Amino acid sequence: MTSTEIQNEIIEDFSLFEEDMESKLFYLMDLGKKLPEMPLEHKTEEFIVKGCQSKVWLYPFKQDGKLFFEADSNTEITKGLVSLLVKILSGKTPSEIVETDLYFIEKIGMNHMIGSQRSNGFASMIKQMKMYAFALTQK
Amino acid sequence: MNEASLDIISIRNHFPILHQQVNGHPLVYFDNAATTQKPIEVIDALGDYYKLHNANIHRGAHALADRSTGFFEDTRKSVQQFINAKEAAECIFTKGVTESINLVAQTYGKAFLKPGDEVLISYMEHHSNIVPWQMICNEIGAQLKVIPIHENGELDMEAFYKLLSVQTKIVACVWASNALGTINPVKEIIDAAHKVGAIVLLDGAQAGSHLPIDVQQLDVDFLTLSGHKLYGPTGVGVLYGKRKLLDKMPPYQGGGEMIKEVSFESTTYNEIPFKFEAGTPNIGDVIAFKYALEFVSRIGKEAIIQWESKLLNHFNAGINEFGSNRIKLFGTAKEKVAVQSFLIEGKHPFDTGLLLDAKGIAVRTGHHCTQPLMNFFGIEGTVRASFAVYNTMEEVDVLLESLKKMLNRK
Repeated sequence: MTSTEIQNEIIEDFSLFEEDMESKLFYLMDLGKKLPEMPLEHKTEEFIVKGCQSKVWLYPFKQDGKLFFEADSNTEITKGLVSLLVKILSGKTPSEIVETDLYFIEKIGMNHMIGSQRSNGFASMIKQMKMYAFALTQK
Repeated sequence: MNEASLDIISIRNHFPILHQQVNGHPLVYFDNAATTQKPIEVIDALGDYYKLHNANIHRGAHALADRSTGFFEDTRKSVQQFINAKEAAECIFTKGVTESINLVAQTYGKAFLKPGDEVLISYMEHHSNIVPWQMICNEIGAQLKVIPIHENGELDMEAFYKLLSVQTKIVACVWASNALGTINPVKEIIDAAHKVGAIVLLDGAQAGSHLPIDVQQLDVDFLTLSGHKLYGPTGVGVLYGKRKLLDKMPPYQGGGEMIKEVSFESTTYNEIPFKFEAGTPNIGDVIAFKYALEFVSRIGKEAIIQWESKLLNHFNAGINEFGSNRIKLFGTAKEKVAVQSFLIEGKHPFDTGLLLDAKGIAVRTGHHCTQPLMNFFGIEGTVRASFAVYNTMEEVDVLLESLKKMLNRK
């Protein structure tokens, strides 16, 4: 699936909850639970995303010209957040990742849902993923 | 007014902010230990000040200045009555508790602490009653000693007596813990400290809105209060100090108002309280603060603490009923103000806080500016619900229901 298709699917899923914030958060937490377990040896200081209140790890690896991500967090909602990014960006080419416009964030009312502090943390995750991708495009 | 006749609905009607929806639900405000909401009297007084009376105070040769000065000093008298100080001049206006404590550390501490002296604080202090003492101790070469606590959040008084000695010069202790709710045996602490010649500063940030205060009966040397935690505006705090101490302390900041005479060679300082109120103070907020004190006094502290204890007991009984094996309470002292910290097993406090917010419930999550205390319990932080006089049993039920739902989901 293209990142656009995945984002549209996410938007549709979240729209089912309308304005029910609690259900949206529960759904996010469930998405987090579906993230494949991250190997312990990748959960090191080096792969902690700076600028997040909760702990978030993002481990990038390249395979067949594509960039993949493993991720985890010590809080369920944040894990749900990073799982959305993994779903959209993992397995794409570095240049695709750099260029992806993450319009789903506004469409699902993310900032309202998670508050401004977490929104900043979420932005840090995105920045980190795009930085990894950008570094690869420069090689 | 006694508790039986407390009409919570009419009390709530004094608080316009409470009547709103958050995330599609009626706001349930349980973050009162961080800041209380403000009654309409306070909000109106603040508006009126800027609409009708605004002028800089003291020394103005016109009607508005005279009026503002009168209102400003009226609040000082209200504070005096509120804490039963011997004289109004012993009540100094500051920005808040943080500034009040820094003031004492930087003036009394700087003038009277010597190398080798000891300052005694407790494990449950807010950072604002740790860092100012750390700073002055480091500067002087004095020692900062810490009274440990028991698992239930009570002070270890046996350890306190062991730590107290003739080296102890200052005991700086929180009256009611912001993170745990523990009410400390402050009268006992003050009496014991005085016996070894130490002075006592009480951090009254949380005590202000819950506990009856009588500084003369306590014989406390310094007491700090926060306006915004006492139904008043932000940016107003009080430092109460005994005159004999305030008189011999050097000034905190230099500037206007705090002087008697200034020449380029030397300056003589003003009397208390003005010696410690350099510059134009927060006039409007101080004036409005009086109405917060009146609001509390009208209801009465006894009635307030009775009602808040009922809310707290109702909450704890609910947790015991359905969640005692999955929800851990932090702070189970016998004497408590209506503050309850807790953690849901396996759930990060941030997540709990966000899920409650989705239901319109405002709580605080994190370390509550008490990192050493959190370290004592081996945790990063807690979820904290803190109650005020305008909260209802039904609101506590809303919180309990939301927590129950979280537990049942796993």
